[in-house]
Amino acid sequence: MLVLENVSVNYGAIEALTSISMRVEKGEVVTLIGANGAGKTTTLRTITGLLEPREGRVTFEGEEIGGKPTHKLVARGISMSPEGRGVFANLTVRENLQMGAYLKKNKREIAKDMERAFTMFPRLKERESQKAGTLSGGEQQMLAIGRALMSRPRLLLLDEPSLGLAPLVVHTIFEAIDEIRSEGTTILLVEQNAHAALKHSDRAYVLETGQIVMEGPSKDLAADPRIKEAYLGE
Amino acid sequence: MPTFVKRIVGAVVIILLLYFVYMMMSEEGLFGFGIGAYPADVLMLIFVNIILAVSLNLINGFTGQFSIGHAGFMAIGAYTSAYTTVYHGQHLERWLAASIGETPAIAIVFLIAILVGALAAATMGLIVGIPSLRLRGDYLAIVTLGFAEIIRIVILNIDVVGGATGFSVPGYSNFIWVGGFAIITIIVIRNIVRSDMGRALISIREDELASEAMGINTTRYKVIAFVISSSFAGVAGVLFAHYKKFLHTNDFQFIRSFEVIIMIVLGGMGSITGSILGAIVITVLPELLRQLPTINLFGSTVNFADLRLVIYALLLIGIILTRPQGVLGHHEFGLNWLKRAQKRPEGDEPIGASKGVPIAERDAPTADSAKEAKNQ
Ligand SMILES: Nc1ncnc2c1ncn2[C@@H]1O[C@H](COP(=O)(O)OP(=O)(O)O)[C@@H](O)[C@H]1O
Ligand SMILES: [Mg+2]
Repeated sequence: MLVLENVSVNYGAIEALTSISMRVEKGEVVTLIGANGAGKTTTLRTITGLLEPREGRVTFEGEEIGGKPTHKLVARGISMSPEGRGVFANLTVRENLQMGAYLKKNKREIAKDMERAFTMFPRLKERESQKAGTLSGGEQQMLAIGRALMSRPRLLLLDEPSLGLAPLVVHTIFEAIDEIRSEGTTILLVEQNAHAALKHSDRAYVLETGQIVMEGPSKDLAADPRIKEAYLGE
Repeated sequence: MPTFVKRIVGAVVIILLLYFVYMMMSEEGLFGFGIGAYPADVLMLIFVNIILAVSLNLINGFTGQFSIGHAGFMAIGAYTSAYTTVYHGQHLERWLAASIGETPAIAIVFLIAILVGALAAATMGLIVGIPSLRLRGDYLAIVTLGFAEIIRIVILNIDVVGGATGFSVPGYSNFIWVGGFAIITIIVIRNIVRSDMGRALISIREDELASEAMGINTTRYKVIAFVISSSFAGVAGVLFAHYKKFLHTNDFQFIRSFEVIIMIVLGGMGSITGSILGAIVITVLPELLRQLPTINLFGSTVNFADLRLVIYALLLIGIILTRPQGVLGHHEFGLNWLKRAQKRPEGDEPIGASKGVPIAERDAPTADSAKEAKNQ
């Protein structure tokens, strides 16, 4: 579904990604783990067209998308919950969800999808007409995910959804990820929380200073001694 | 009553009111009590400033971009329309007057002039906006600042519009025109802000990348908002020029743009009623200062009105220190807020209200609070 081939990306003269290759197949949950500054967000920025690859190709369902405008991706079926959540602080929870369905015209479908978001995250329903800026961090993350789902994406990109959240809330978020994948949405999950990410994904890539150093089924990586030492703290 | 009937009735009432005030202000005045020329000037300026402030708020307040060249677009509107009325308007007016009478002839000529001014300013907005709004960041501020000054200097060197000596313009404008366009501006901007487009603009202000990720072509929306904003500045220029009857580039210096910014910062970025309030205050303030007696400062007499720049600066610093979101912030002034006064759901806290407390603990009642509940 999504294929990156030998993609290199620079910030000016500094190389942030060095010839990385990865793929996400339909129906999979793939995780990209790595320490702070490894280049995870850069990878997502490249997929979403915010950065242009210096070398290599990014294709989605066979079509090249590298360097295409970000706003065109939603129509293609890609949606993102960005790093730092990016909720619209002065819009209400409901309005934020509506923004997620900006390109959708069918009012009934939008209403249905909104109900689905509220079923997935009942906390959002309680705060429906509250401004998003007044939500707690966990609630904002729920909103960011709910909003990203409003466009009915086939591929969902999540940038560190568990960042800065308490264990209980992290649990809620990962349960939601399981639920989303069970409904057939493909997910690329970027995480520093390797423990949870490996538990809730099929395959994993490990990114270190802009290079993919390891890949494989999540189960195998979770059992790998090098991963255990470097990422799971065992 | 259907909404459209209400709207028509509302419009008629407003026009009648404007006409009434206009009659009051004309030299004889209605029933003998006319308002003098001076308060009429101030009122007119308030309306021009409302058009400027409300339109600038669309791009600066609602879209979150920073234009500081509103006076430049106002100058474009003023001079292109004045050129039109001075060199082409009078023939057209005479020709039209022969068949439909003088008053409608003037109205048609002036409408054309307003259209010319709006279109010229919109075109300039497009030319300035496209390159500077493609990029994220504060390029728009730098470019609009430069643009406004360049325009002023260019006009200063065009002799057909008077150059440095100034330009005499027919006095087509009056209270009804200016007040009417102030109302039109408010209605148009309000409708934009409340539409889907308005929500897209606000989302750009809140988080441009996230907005783009929603499928919103942020560049396109920013440019559209900027062009609309510029065209209204052009209209303000047209109305101003044909009221003052004499144009000089001194009317469009940086201080003019700066005043409009002060109006919206004072009233509230992202509040239409705030902009109106700001426009009124910043128009009336120097007039009030002028009434104060002159003072002796370091051996020279100084009028407070000459110090208005200093006073604006102090005002700005005061606002930024005490209420950085402006008097009204994002809110609109009205009575609805009484009804809407939000009841927060039980146990909810805004983010940051309990910094450092893990969310899990925040959500569940703590041992202490449970004890307290029991004791009650
Ligand atoms: N806008 C930027 N300009 C320059 N360097 C950047 C920028 N964003 C990130 N970087 C650098 O690129 C590297 C990868 O960053 P990032 O992709 O944000 O890492 P991660 O998301 O894995 O924490 C880091 O060394 C970071 O300092
Ligand atoms: Mg990151």
